[in-house]
Amino acid sequence: MAGDTLTSSEYIKHHLQNLTFGKLPDGGWGIAHSAEQAKEMGFWAVHLDTLGFSFGLGILFLFLFHRAARRAQAGVPGGLQNFVEWVVEFIDGTVRGSFSGRNPMVAPLALSIFIWIFLMNFMDLIAIDLMPWIAHALGVPYLKIVPTTDPNATFGMSLAVFVLILYYSVKIKGVGGFVGELTLQPFGKWGLPVNLFLEGVNLIAKPVSLALRLFGNMYAGEMIFILIAVMYGAGWMFGAFAGLLQVGWAIFHILIITLQAFIFMTLTIVYLDMAHQEHH
Amino acid sequence: MNINATLIGQMIAFIVFVWFCMKFVWPPLTRILEERKKTIADGLAAAERGKREHELAEKRALETLKKAKQDAAEIVAIAEKRAAEVADEAKHQAKTEAERIVAAAKADIDQEVVRAKEALRAAVAELAVAGAARILEKEVDAKSHARLLETVAAKL
Repeated sequence: MAGDTLTSSEYIKHHLQNLTFGKLPDGGWGIAHSAEQAKEMGFWAVHLDTLGFSFGLGILFLFLFHRAARRAQAGVPGGLQNFVEWVVEFIDGTVRGSFSGRNPMVAPLALSIFIWIFLMNFMDLIAIDLMPWIAHALGVPYLKIVPTTDPNATFGMSLAVFVLILYYSVKIKGVGGFVGELTLQPFGKWGLPVNLFLEGVNLIAKPVSLALRLFGNMYAGEMIFILIAVMYGAGWMFGAFAGLLQVGWAIFHILIITLQAFIFMTLTIVYLDMAHQEHH
Repeated sequence: MNINATLIGQMIAFIVFVWFCMKFVWPPLTRILEERKKTIADGLAAAERGKREHELAEKRALETLKKAKQDAAEIVAIAEKRAAEVADEAKHQAKTEAERIVAAAKADIDQEVVRAKEALRAAVAELAVAGAARILEKEVDAKSHARLLETVAAKL
């Protein structure tokens, strides 16, 4: 537990608060020491924990894969190279299966999304109190180690994907073609406002659903871990039951974190494939 | 759970990571995979070729062996035939030679017989002459009785 003096509600709130860096009410810049303070910082503040862990994991991913790529040779592969090649072949197969266009960016994009999100989700399996406790000992008030439970992270990725969708839609179909796709179907040119509304919702739903699906799954998973952790404080019987629950949920969560990373990747590929397809 | 500038940082990081992956991670890995695929395909093809060649060589060896056996059998047959011929010839020669020798011996014998008869005849003539001379108590004139003597000798 983060502290014995906390109530359950405070404990949960504490776990759901990011380490926010921004402008303090007194005018200086610093770390928020309460949820209210963090809220008051407005848009121009950053979650140091989200950024730190996601950057760190992204760099770890690129470092490992780059190392494997640099040392790779066509002979018998070693352990890391074997694993990396297996992942690459898996991604390559998925991209070939879902993406009909020709774009050298899609497969590396899919690989980055899959591994990065998987690693960020994986932080969920680290004992929930361990890192905040260490951080607390070091004087850091809040620490949320799963970047994908922060909507900023998931929306950051989905908006980047959205930008790519728009870019390739316009690049492949031309501005006219893209606008036409938004306005001239499904009801022809006389149903233009309805078309625009339907297609607009369709378009906007892509990044929103991408981000919220990942965020929602991870947030809910994290929440369940927190609730299980709260049970530890409720006597030894509940504690033992919570231990079982925690193990069970963690095992189940291995499936979820992989699945969510895979879904994000697959949907990105599908959306980009749709952006590459010309309608007539 | 506030939306704030983290969003922008995350977007930038995402784009940088994807760019890095696209530039430095993906191409070498796919290239290696392609290379390995090719190496394996080549190896399999080579193995297949080697197997086929081996089979071919085995077949050829078998054929050669068969042919050699056949040749050997033929040669043996010829040799046997030849040997039989040689033996026959030798036999034939020996027979002829024997016949010739026998013939020569017979001729010799005949000659001897003739010669002996001749000598005998001469001796008998002489004896007859001597006997007659004894009987006649006088010398038979060989010259005057030559015709008679010859007749006697011829009768012998």
